[in-house]
Amino acid sequence: MALGFLDRSHSIAPANWSRWLVPPAALSVHLAIGQVYAWSVFKPPLEEALGLSGTESALPFQLGIVMLGLSAAFGGTLVERNGPRWAMFVSMTCFCSGFLVSALGVALSQYWLVVLGYGVIGGIGLGIGYISPVSTLIKWFPDRPGMATGIAIMGFGGGALIASPWSSQMLESFGGTTSGIATAFLVHGLVYLVFMSMGVLLVRVPAEGWKPAGWNPGDGTAGKMITTAHVSARNAIRTPQFWLLWVILCFNVTAGIGILEKASPMITEFFRETSTPVGAASAAGFVGLLSLTNMLGRFVWSSTSDIVGRKNIYRLYLGVGALLYLVIALTTNTSKLVFVLCAMVILSFYGGGFATVPAYLKDLFGTYQVGAIHGRLLTAWSAAGVLGPLIVNAIADSQEAAGKQGPALYSTSLFIMMGLLIVGFIANELVRPVHPKFHEPSAEQAVGSEKEAR
Amino acid sequence: MSETPESRPARRTPLLVLVWLWVGLPFAYGLYELIRKVVQLFGG
Repeated sequence: MALGFLDRSHSIAPANWSRWLVPPAALSVHLAIGQVYAWSVFKPPLEEALGLSGTESALPFQLGIVMLGLSAAFGGTLVERNGPRWAMFVSMTCFCSGFLVSALGVALSQYWLVVLGYGVIGGIGLGIGYISPVSTLIKWFPDRPGMATGIAIMGFGGGALIASPWSSQMLESFGGTTSGIATAFLVHGLVYLVFMSMGVLLVRVPAEGWKPAGWNPGDGTAGKMITTAHVSARNAIRTPQFWLLWVILCFNVTAGIGILEKASPMITEFFRETSTPVGAASAAGFVGLLSLTNMLGRFVWSSTSDIVGRKNIYRLYLGVGALLYLVIALTTNTSKLVFVLCAMVILSFYGGGFATVPAYLKDLFGTYQVGAIHGRLLTAWSAAGVLGPLIVNAIADSQEAAGKQGPALYSTSLFIMMGLLIVGFIANELVRPVHPKFHEPSAEQAVGSEKEAR
Repeated sequence: MSETPESRPARRTPLLVLVWLWVGLPFAYGLYELIRKVVQLFGG
């Protein structure tokens, strides 16, 4: 494939290109890389075949998530400069090579190759792939940026839904031996290569000056909070708005992960002493429900933000989210229905928080380098990924050591999560339009320097 | 901003159908498997 094909200039859409061709291009990448959340399917067979501990078999996943954050943060500017086709190609190459290297590693019983392949090489593919379509979608859908990024980021959640049963079936067919696992990794790499190549071939950037028919940049619901100016990624991280959004994303994700990570033991423990205890099978169903609402929240709430405004939707995520945590903490195990419904809505806000943040960034910083700014903001995700499980697990362990059981194991964590959401709520209230001193001198100059950067 | 490059109704229906099916079918499979599991565990 000629490298010129990947260049932004070769992916400019013709005048009659339909913008509805762009979300499937984005989805072909996000549905693939979302596989990372189904890594747990490979853990038991790897542990058995290679004699690994649980901690060791989690290493490729953990490293993959760390590399996702790092490559999104440090690769964002490159993605903006080289365009979405280049970014999707890099993502596809890294993600699929990661599987192929892992296949070799398992076949040779060299586990370090799996860690290097899936964790490091594949992890770079995750980060670049995650941010690859964001700014392109926002440029194609300036009238509905929340909906557009919501579709793509919902795909990341959907990736695990596809991969989990698919990978399980494959391991069942090939067997859990080293050659069976290696074959499964090989098939994953090749199938995802074909699947993601559709996105690489299909993605287009809009021609300069393109806008949807009948839409004007002044249109919108929350005009004061939506800028028509441009802020570079370098300047964005110098603004208080960036760090307020960092806190909002970090605490909203921390609160969601707190439930998501311990969902199964949490519901079992909550209702252990009641007349309707929750068995392992029902707990697995509860986890499935949370995955579903997490995914649907990404699309539904992010699309709603196009109508009600970004600040208002985060008031909902953080304010109502805190109240729902309070309801769980106060009602404890009196009603299973209330517990399940509250958890489902909290998880939908968790997903919504992820999906709405690119549109919030676009409102505050403009479209100029929104992908790169989004990449830098994703470090909040990495921090939350450590913080959330740490809080819930450490508190549950200490309460258990103190002889407590049932809802008492989690009540302190629930109040902490509520506190974090309230801090996030206050941070959201402090968000104001960016000071003009951070704006690029003029829109034309911003576009000009973007061209120079290419 | 120029008016000329505004979007026009595109005659790309077959391509639109193909690419949405490309991503929609695997997604529907994942959703089906999840709903089956939830129904089985809570209802069955």
